[in-house]
Order: sequence, then structure tokens, then C-alpha cells
Amino acid sequence: MLEGILIGLQTALSFQNLMVVIGGCLIGTFIGMLPGLGPMSIIAIMIPVAITMGDPSAALILLAGVYYGAIFGGSTSSILLNAPGVAGTVASSFDGYPMARQGKAGKALTIAAIASFAGGTIGAILLMIFAPMLSSVALLFHSAEYFALMVVGLSAIAAFAGPGQVTKALMMTVLGLIMATVGEGALFNLPRFTAGIMDLQSGFGFITLAMAMFALPEAIFLVLKPKNLGEDGGDIKNLRISRAEAKAIAPVIGRQSVQGFFIGVLPGAGATIASFLGYAVERNIAPKAEQEEFGKGSIKGLAAPESANNAACTGSFVPLLTLGIPGSGTTAILLGALIALNVTPGPRLMVDEPQIFWAVIMSMFIGNLVLLILNLPLIPYIAKLLAIPRNYLIPFILFFTLMGAYIGQNNATELLLLVGFGVCGIALKFANYPLPPLLIGFILGGMMEDNFSRSMQLYGGPSFIFERPMTLVLLLVAACLILLPTLRARRGKKA
Amino acid sequence: MKTMKMGRRVLMAAAVATFGLGSIAQAGGHQVLDDVHFLIPGGAGGGWDGTARGTGEALTGSGLVGSASYENMSGGGGGTAIGYLIENAESNYGTLMVNSTPIVIRSLTGVFPHNFRDLTLVSGTIGDYAALVVPAGSDIDNMEEFLAVYDADPSGTPVGGGSVPGGMDHLVAAMVIEASGRDALGVNYIPYDAGGTAMAALLSGEIKALSTGFSEAVDLANQGEVKIIGVTSDARVDAAPDAMTMAEQGIDTTFVNWRGFFGAPGMPQEQLDAYKAAIAAMYETEEWEAVRARNGWVNIHNPGDDFQSFLEEQETVIGDLMKKLGFL
Repeated sequence: MLEGILIGLQTALSFQNLMVVIGGCLIGTFIGMLPGLGPMSIIAIMIPVAITMGDPSAALILLAGVYYGAIFGGSTSSILLNAPGVAGTVASSFDGYPMARQGKAGKALTIAAIASFAGGTIGAILLMIFAPMLSSVALLFHSAEYFALMVVGLSAIAAFAGPGQVTKALMMTVLGLIMATVGEGALFNLPRFTAGIMDLQSGFGFITLAMAMFALPEAIFLVLKPKNLGEDGGDIKNLRISRAEAKAIAPVIGRQSVQGFFIGVLPGAGATIASFLGYAVERNIAPKAEQEEFGKGSIKGLAAPESANNAACTGSFVPLLTLGIPGSGTTAILLGALIALNVTPGPRLMVDEPQIFWAVIMSMFIGNLVLLILNLPLIPYIAKLLAIPRNYLIPFILFFTLMGAYIGQNNATELLLLVGFGVCGIALKFANYPLPPLLIGFILGGMMEDNFSRSMQLYGGPSFIFERPMTLVLLLVAACLILLPTLRARRGKKA
Repeated sequence: MKTMKMGRRVLMAAAVATFGLGSIAQAGGHQVLDDVHFLIPGGAGGGWDGTARGTGEALTGSGLVGSASYENMSGGGGGTAIGYLIENAESNYGTLMVNSTPIVIRSLTGVFPHNFRDLTLVSGTIGDYAALVVPAGSDIDNMEEFLAVYDADPSGTPVGGGSVPGGMDHLVAAMVIEASGRDALGVNYIPYDAGGTAMAALLSGEIKALSTGFSEAVDLANQGEVKIIGVTSDARVDAAPDAMTMAEQGIDTTFVNWRGFFGAPGMPQEQLDAYKAAIAAMYETEEWEAVRARNGWVNIHNPGDDFQSFLEEQETVIGDLMKKLGFL
């Protein structure tokens, strides 16, 4: 193994490859900030460039840089503008955006950068040591368990069920689940609830909904605020994290890097579930006083999804490299790139072409490190975006959201949907309904339904819940996570 | 200074947009056409996208076409782009739209209000056979053994695939069972949202067999993860000489998942001829060979009228089967 590491390092550390990774990180970060262009599309755009480089190691290093850069870039728009461009960064906006509004944008971005770095690096270490053993873990879950896992992920909504909002949060979740049923489901090859509109056949777009429910209402609310975003006190450019804060988030990052990695290993789960679960778990194990902070700018609430998200992205390389199975859209694109470079991932990769395996691992370490070094000095400048006067910033955010909804689909119907849902989003926000549960329900709803219907078909009914012990355990965990906080709150009221 | 910064951002976004959504390539030489505009009915990075961009790369790289531009138009699983091409036909004679087997399937189910007859058929260019695979460690080695297991307990022998019920992978599995003299309705087909998750389900034992594309099956078989128990080609394919065809095993059925190009209805004959000539000449170029090999595509060239009869035959076979399965 040591030999492998050395070969990998030697390849990755050549001058040319270092330039490549730096370029990749920068491109990824900047394009990743635009909603609508997530890691998947950026990697797809960069693949021709990577292939013309000829050398598989250099190509992989470039793509790793782009990948990590894009994930971090996506978090940036989540935190600064409440505009999550990919589902995996939705949870980062829950606490990241409140922090930015409190004038702590610099600090929020720094925590995101450090948590991402730690998640990616810890993930890469786990991948390096356990990859061959983990291929069997990747196959442990059947559809029944994935269904249960999605239900556990839904428990993240509990964080938004503050006093008096339990019913509202549940209503929003159900609305999100209902919206996820529009379009062609896995059970039928016929359109559902599309009202005969062809553009709805593939369902509502995630980005359109995220922009309409998160970014647009925030931009409109800025109009009503008397001050500019960054002027609530505090220094937006300040990156400093106090020792107490570092001490508070270190265990969160450690736990979520490991948990996120293992969720990422499962081919049907991925970064989105990892970030929601990470958020839900950390909220539940936090002391009671800190639980109240979640959703209002908790540093733990930001560090958890950020580290889980990156670790899961790294974990998704386990089934890709050891079984040749892409567990996510991004790894599917990477698999295509690898095959184009004459590398076929699978059980024989480590035997036949160990240098490729090690080059991938080393490029992860270097990509993460370079990203951290590049981004820390850039953070004050990125955070200054919020210091732009409101009369420029609001039109900019509006343009940004419209572009985000349009760019992924090239379809003007998305713009109409964006405006329509945006109006709904604003109305709901005025009525004080929490919007994150809607988006969580929407994101998880589709996957939940697919896995549920598959299990029903395989077992000829709901008997899988009792026949598969792991499913039952996960469902009980979900029930506890959802019910406990409300029961606790009710008991607290009585006492 | 602050406005400057905004200006840069906007510029950057615009630059990204152009880079991502369309690119212009230039080349000289024995040109057949000045330019081609490719309309891609799905997003960047998908199979249609790769086919259009790869074809454009080979056409411009070899100098057959001066320049190529690309436009991604998602929506309705491809229906939006078809509707657009028909409604704006006259301004789109310079456009080639990429499509594949699903245009036949989805027109049959009525999900698309149009079908391939509403378009100008340019050429089928590439294809992939389908295959049935089982895990490498399975006791099943061929179709006969698979059918024996299937007969013992049809609903306990789930077959998975990466398409919706009534979609391509399901139809292939049903076609094979039907051709073996059994009832296609008996297949317990389990749909997955992508080939990767379906493959994971096969290896985890959730499904007994997987209906998938042949080129993907070959990659997995070479890695020692699966066994190919039947291929839907006429004769054995060079890429996997040991994999038996369905016909060899007494199951008389073949299937090709084709990809090809369509034009707007009413396209002038000389324009159509030029497109057909450019595509026919493309197969001889090394640029195309590089693109084809990189993507593992199989050349299946079906120009104009051949394309029409091929599509009609596929429509009949698939239509009959879908009626039988209750999807029509």
C-alpha cells in the first residue's frame, strides 16, 4: 500500500498535474457558484478537456479538482444567497444563510471550507484503507432499506418544527411529497398530474423549486429590510473562528465525515441523504439549549451537512472503483470519462491498474488541500458580495435565480414555474410557514416512492417492513427522530 | 468599483452559458455542408447529448461539415424538442435532432402527440444490443437454466432494469420470455431509475437477472462481476465472442436500441441528401472511429428509407408486445 501511495503522490505532485488541479479547483468553484450548474454538468463540460490531456492520471486529477471545487462553489451560493444549486447543499443553507444574515458570512464560508476539507480528507483516508472491504457494504442495502433510510432523512424536518410550528412543518412536508408525485413515477410509464402539459412530464425541476422557495422569497424580503445584508453588525470579512467554536464543531465534523462516508458508499443514497441525516442526527444529539439554535445560524448545523456532503461524495467512489457501479449522477459521468480513458473500474482495477486507483485517491487529497488553500484567501472577497448595496444586489439575485432555473433545462416553462412558485413561496413565508420541509419532502419524496413501490412489488405487499430487520430498525429510528422532539416539547410545556 | 465587480460576474455567467450550451468548431477540407445545428432533447451529459456531440466532433474534425453548434432542450422526456421542431419546421431545416428507441415507445403510449412519421428521417447511426445478465456467482449459465428457475417460480424470479415498466429494458425482458413460448405478463419486472442502481440490486441479490445494454454488460462481464446469458443480436458480437445470442438458444428474438438523427418535416430534398451524404461519409473517417471506440458504440447505419422500414418494424413488434402487456 505504501508503494501505491508513493506512486500516486509522485504522479499527482508533478508540476503539470499541480497546475491542472489548481485550474480545476478554480473553474469548479466559480462555475459551481451558479445555480443550475452542479458538479454533474460541470464535469460533463470538462470531460472533453480532460480526455484531450491523454494521460488518465492527469485527467482524473483535473476532474477531482473540478468536482471538489464545484461542491464548494455550490455551498457558497447556498450560504450567501440562500440559493442551493444542487440538492446536496440544501441543508447547508439551513444554518449557513442565517449566519450570513447575521453578518457572519466570512465565518460561515470558513466553516464550510474547513468542514468540506475535513469531510473530503477523512473520506479519502477511509476509502484508501477500507475500499476493497467496503464493496460488500455497498451491497448490503435493498430497496426496502433505502426506503427506510429516506424516511430517516425526512426526520430532518423536525428541526423546523419550532414551538407552534409542528403542524405547519408537517403540512409543508406533505406538500413537498405531493409535488414530488408530479411527472412520471417509477411505477408507471404514463404522466401523472401533469394536466396535459408536456413540460411537466419529467416533473418539477429541483433547481426551479429551490430558487422559488428559498432564493426568491429572500430576495423579496431584502426589499422590506431597512439595511443592506451585511450591515446587521459583525464583520462579514472576518474569518476567525474562536477556540470554543472550533472545539464545538470538531466532534461534529469528525462524526459526520464518517457517517457521511458510509452513507455515500450506498449506491442508492448519496450526498443529499447524507447531508439531511447529518443535520438531523447532530441536532438530536446536541444539548437542549443548542437545539434551539438549529435553523437560526448554528455553527454545528452548518458544519454537519458540509462535512457529511463531502465525505459522501468521496464514499460514492467505493462502489464506482471497486464494483464499477455509479451510485450518483456525477459518478455515472465520471465512469463514462474513465471508460473513455480506457480505464474500466471494477474489482480488477486494483489488481490490473493499481496506479490509477492510487492516482484517484491522491488526487482527492490534493484536490481537497489545494481547494482549502485557494479558497481561504478568497473568502473575504466572496463574502463582500453581500456588501453590494441592496439596489444592485436584489436585481442580481433575481437574475441569478432566473438564470439558474433556465440554464439546466433551456426551457422557458421553467421561468414561468419559477415565478409562479416564487409567488407561492413569498406568500407562505409571509404566513410564517417554514419552507425547508417542503424542499426536503420534495427531494426525498421521489426516491422514497420508487424504493417503496419496488419493495411492495418484490414482496407482494408491505410485508418487507417486518421481514427485513434492518428496515424495521431504521423505520423505528425515524419514528423516534420525528416524534421525540415534539413529545419532549409537549412534556416541557406541561411541567 | 462595485459595479465593475458585478459586470465581471455577469460576463462570467454569460461566458459559462455560451461554453456550456453551445460551442463552435471550425475545420476546412472536403466539405459537404457548411454547418449543422444539433438539437438535443435532453440535458448535458446524457446519452443523446453524447451522441450528438460525438457525431458533431467527427463531422467537423474530418472536415465534412464546416461547423457544428449544439442546443440542449429538455422537457417531456424529449417531447418538447420534437414539438418545437415540428412547430418551427421552416426555420429549422438546418437542424438535426438526435433521438433513439424511446421515440417509438413513447409515441405508442401516446405520451408524445407525434411520432417519427411527423419528422424527416435522416439516418440511424449507432446502436446497442440488449443482454440479459446474472451475477458471476449465480448457478445460472444460460437461458435454458434461467428459464428453468423462472418456470419454478415466476414472481420469485424478479428481473430488473434501468427503465420504467413498459420502457426498453422491460420490453426486452418481456420479448425474450414471450419468444421462449411463455407468457410475457408473468415477468416480475422491477424498475430502477438508472443502470447503476439496477446493477447494485443485481449484485446484492434483490433481483435474479438484469436486462441491460450489451456494451455495459460486456464491461461488467470483463470485470468478472456478471455472466451474459443471452444477447439480442443476430450473430455473436466480436466484443464478447463467448456470449451466446438468444437465437442460438432457441429464443427467436432480436432487438437493437438505435440512435439516429431526424430533421424538421418538409426538409428540402437536397438538404436531406447532403445530411445523408455527410453521415455516410463519416463512417470512413478516423475521427469517427476514435469517437465510436471511445464510447463503445456499434455502427448500425440505416439511412433514409431503410430507417423508415426499420422503425416501422420496431413499432409493430414493440406495439404488439405493449398491447399484450397492457400498456396500450
